[in-house]
Amino acid sequence: MVTVKGGVYLPLYGAADQLIDVDSFMMDVLPVTNTDYLKFVQENPKWKKSNVKALFADKSYLAKWTDDTSFTGLPDAPVNNVSWFAAKKYCECQGKRLPTMDEWEFAAMANEDVQDARKIKSYNQYILNWYEAPRTYNKSVGSTFKNYWGIYDLHGLVWEWTQDFNSVLISGESRKDQDKDSNLFCGSAAIGASDLMNYAAFMRYAFRGSMKARYSSQNLGFRCAKDIEKLDVGQKDL
Amino acid sequence: MIHFKHILLVLSLVAISCNDTSKKDSETAEADILENTDSEKISDMSIYNLPSQWTTQDGNEIELKELKGKVLAMVMIYTSCQAACPRLVADMRNIEKQIPEDKKNDVQYVFVSIDPETDTPERLTAFAKENEMEEDKWLFLRGTEEDTREFAAVLAVNYKEISPIDFSHSNIISVFDQGGELAHQQEGLGVDNKETVQTIIDLAK
Repeated sequence: MVTVKGGVYLPLYGAADQLIDVDSFMMDVLPVTNTDYLKFVQENPKWKKSNVKALFADKSYLAKWTDDTSFTGLPDAPVNNVSWFAAKKYCECQGKRLPTMDEWEFAAMANEDVQDARKIKSYNQYILNWYEAPRTYNKSVGSTFKNYWGIYDLHGLVWEWTQDFNSVLISGESRKDQDKDSNLFCGSAAIGASDLMNYAAFMRYAFRGSMKARYSSQNLGFRCAKDIEKLDVGQKDL
Repeated sequence: MIHFKHILLVLSLVAISCNDTSKKDSETAEADILENTDSEKISDMSIYNLPSQWTTQDGNEIELKELKGKVLAMVMIYTSCQAACPRLVADMRNIEKQIPEDKKNDVQYVFVSIDPETDTPERLTAFAKENEMEEDKWLFLRGTEEDTREFAAVLAVNYKEISPIDFSHSNIISVFDQGGELAHQQEGLGVDNKETVQTIIDLAK
């Protein structure tokens, strides 16, 4: 894990112009892989494909696994087709947790060189090119760029679960909600430098808004995060 | 040596947290067996698979499981809510009114707070009182932030804190059968509740 030094940022999505404070936290350098996940289900049989409760994972859970202990694809490709419940439990079992959406977004706005690259054309173009590339979930973790924090693959392989993914209120089903997020749609009205950025992030938020916690998708994996405690000074020695 | 200590410490921490989960798992497994012998197994899709602890408006600690056996009508609200929640409360009351007398006892109406920090048991009690919902059939629950997020995930209720006293959230009333399986959901405010009422009537004994 690496430390992401906290700060203030303006999320694309949220209350208008409300800056969000993000505390320093630790984040996995790489997404959880097939190999990692296999170990998890072996140690926690309740999460094997044939055992998992339907409340916690839909039918596409580990869809490409041929049985309870055989994945297909590269051992070091990101695990995909996992539900939010499964991802959450995995992280808990590592003594970690899923990153919050703000933590994830905060870490993911970095490119190789700067903390916030969201206005840099090449950063946005990279994300959009990824959206167009097929089957990136089949690639090895660590095969995209290493960002400012030392974290890989936040963009380029799979989307990732966040702890509070269900705080996005823009799915088709929430159209009846009192409080639509018209903020998100404003981007389409303005033609300007921030369009690419808005579009790239909009896709991500819209995807989150469309998911339910028991759903799984081949384009969706996860990584874990952790609060910073004094103890972690020791852990760095590992 | 210092390094070694750290490693041990870290390892033991990791072990503890996973042990906790496996302990929970085995407890659930035992519970499953007990339920089995009781010939009333908790089904795969039952919300009673959720291990979370909740506090009621009276300050009692309960597990969801304890609600098993009744039809549940559930909604997520927060008491400082000005706009949608009074409507949702009215919707729940309206549903309750339409349930025939002989079935009323089999239905539990549950309000789960999405703002556990503000919605203390005292606050929930006051809210119940204001809304004249002091009878046993009205249950107000508050959990940890994490369990609340998980519960919302199960209900497919999305919510987001806009400010310390304001949330935006999906307006969904969910009906669960006696075994905790989702039977019906109605979404929106003041919508036609005919189907919701009918589902409850069909399920209730």
